[in-house]
Amino acid sequence: MRRLLPHPYMSASLFLMWMLMNESVSPGPALLGLAFALLGGWALAMLQPLPLRIRRWGTALRLAGVVAVDIARSNLGVALVILHPRADRRQGFIRIPLALRNDTALATLACILTATPGTAWVEFDRESGVLLLHVLDLIDEESWVRIVKGRYEQPLMEIFQ
Amino acid sequence: MSIALLSWSLLAAQVMLGLAFLCAFYRVLKGPRAQDRVLGLDTLYVNGMLLLLTFGIRSGTILYFEAALVIALLGFVSTTALSKFLMRGEVIE
Amino acid sequence: MSHAADLPLWAAIPVALLLLAGAGLTLTGSIGLVRLKTFYERLHAPTLGTSYGAAFILLGSMVFFSVLQSRLTVHELLIGILLIITMPVTLMLLGGAALHRDRLEGNDPAVPPEDKAAEPQADHET
Repeated sequence: MRRLLPHPYMSASLFLMWMLMNESVSPGPALLGLAFALLGGWALAMLQPLPLRIRRWGTALRLAGVVAVDIARSNLGVALVILHPRADRRQGFIRIPLALRNDTALATLACILTATPGTAWVEFDRESGVLLLHVLDLIDEESWVRIVKGRYEQPLMEIFQ
Repeated sequence: MSIALLSWSLLAAQVMLGLAFLCAFYRVLKGPRAQDRVLGLDTLYVNGMLLLLTFGIRSGTILYFEAALVIALLGFVSTTALSKFLMRGEVIE
Repeated sequence: MSHAADLPLWAAIPVALLLLAGAGLTLTGSIGLVRLKTFYERLHAPTLGTSYGAAFILLGSMVFFSVLQSRLTVHELLIGILLIITMPVTLMLLGGAALHRDRLEGNDPAVPPEDKAAEPQADHET
């Protein structure tokens, strides 16, 4: 099984994408999709990526929900900032020391923070583990650190480590 | 009734997306720095892609969808390449 | 628009609303690209269009074609997945490149970590 499907997530998502592109469940495209999924898994195995293990699916799904709601909220927030600029709005960089070390978890955190309007991941120092984050509407640094660490980092640690 | 509603809202959406397109184009022209232009170009790609999707709804074919997919892919690749160039191109001292 | 003649009203209303909401959000983001003052602020603006702006328009297109062809049309999800994966990567790279360039020129926009609380860092760039 491990040799046939070295990267089950990759193969599954390739198969799903193929089916989405064809938009049919007839056997022909499904068979081709299966072939592509297997080939994709093998090709990825040749590149020797880091192994990906998702330990808690429940936490992952809950995190996805939280992120969707947060992105919606900050969409409104940033739209307000753009359409009604306030004079006392402060933008700036904050540094957040992260305890995450898992590469996949870090990449996920980076995607979450950058996809959310209002925060942008600018730099991460791998040695000290300090993240440089740019915030559009910087009200209180402490609360931003708390949000990133409690809302995102904690669940990501549970999921990947 | 539904045709009138749909065609007017489509027109409004297309005008808005066209304006968004112009805003991004302004940033490409104005700069002031290279990274601003690349950011404007990236936004231009996304706005153009969304505009194509609305054209697809107006004409009722999925041809526009495929064009949008290609634009989304190429936009990512070109912006990534340009960012890499911005990062490395000036390091030569 | 004659192909949409047999689109029922209950489908036309959500499609119209989704299109308007998506286009409005995208336009807001692009206005931000013009209006915001510094590059790092402008870095936040396109995410409006690529997150929920695109999601609404894609959803509208999905509803429209699904009802019109009376079969589930979900290939728009592909563009959505593509955007979700690629947009953060490009913005991160661009932000990193901008920081790198600013540092090369000797004006680091990020104040050193020790005394960042001591001095306000609101306006460093024109």
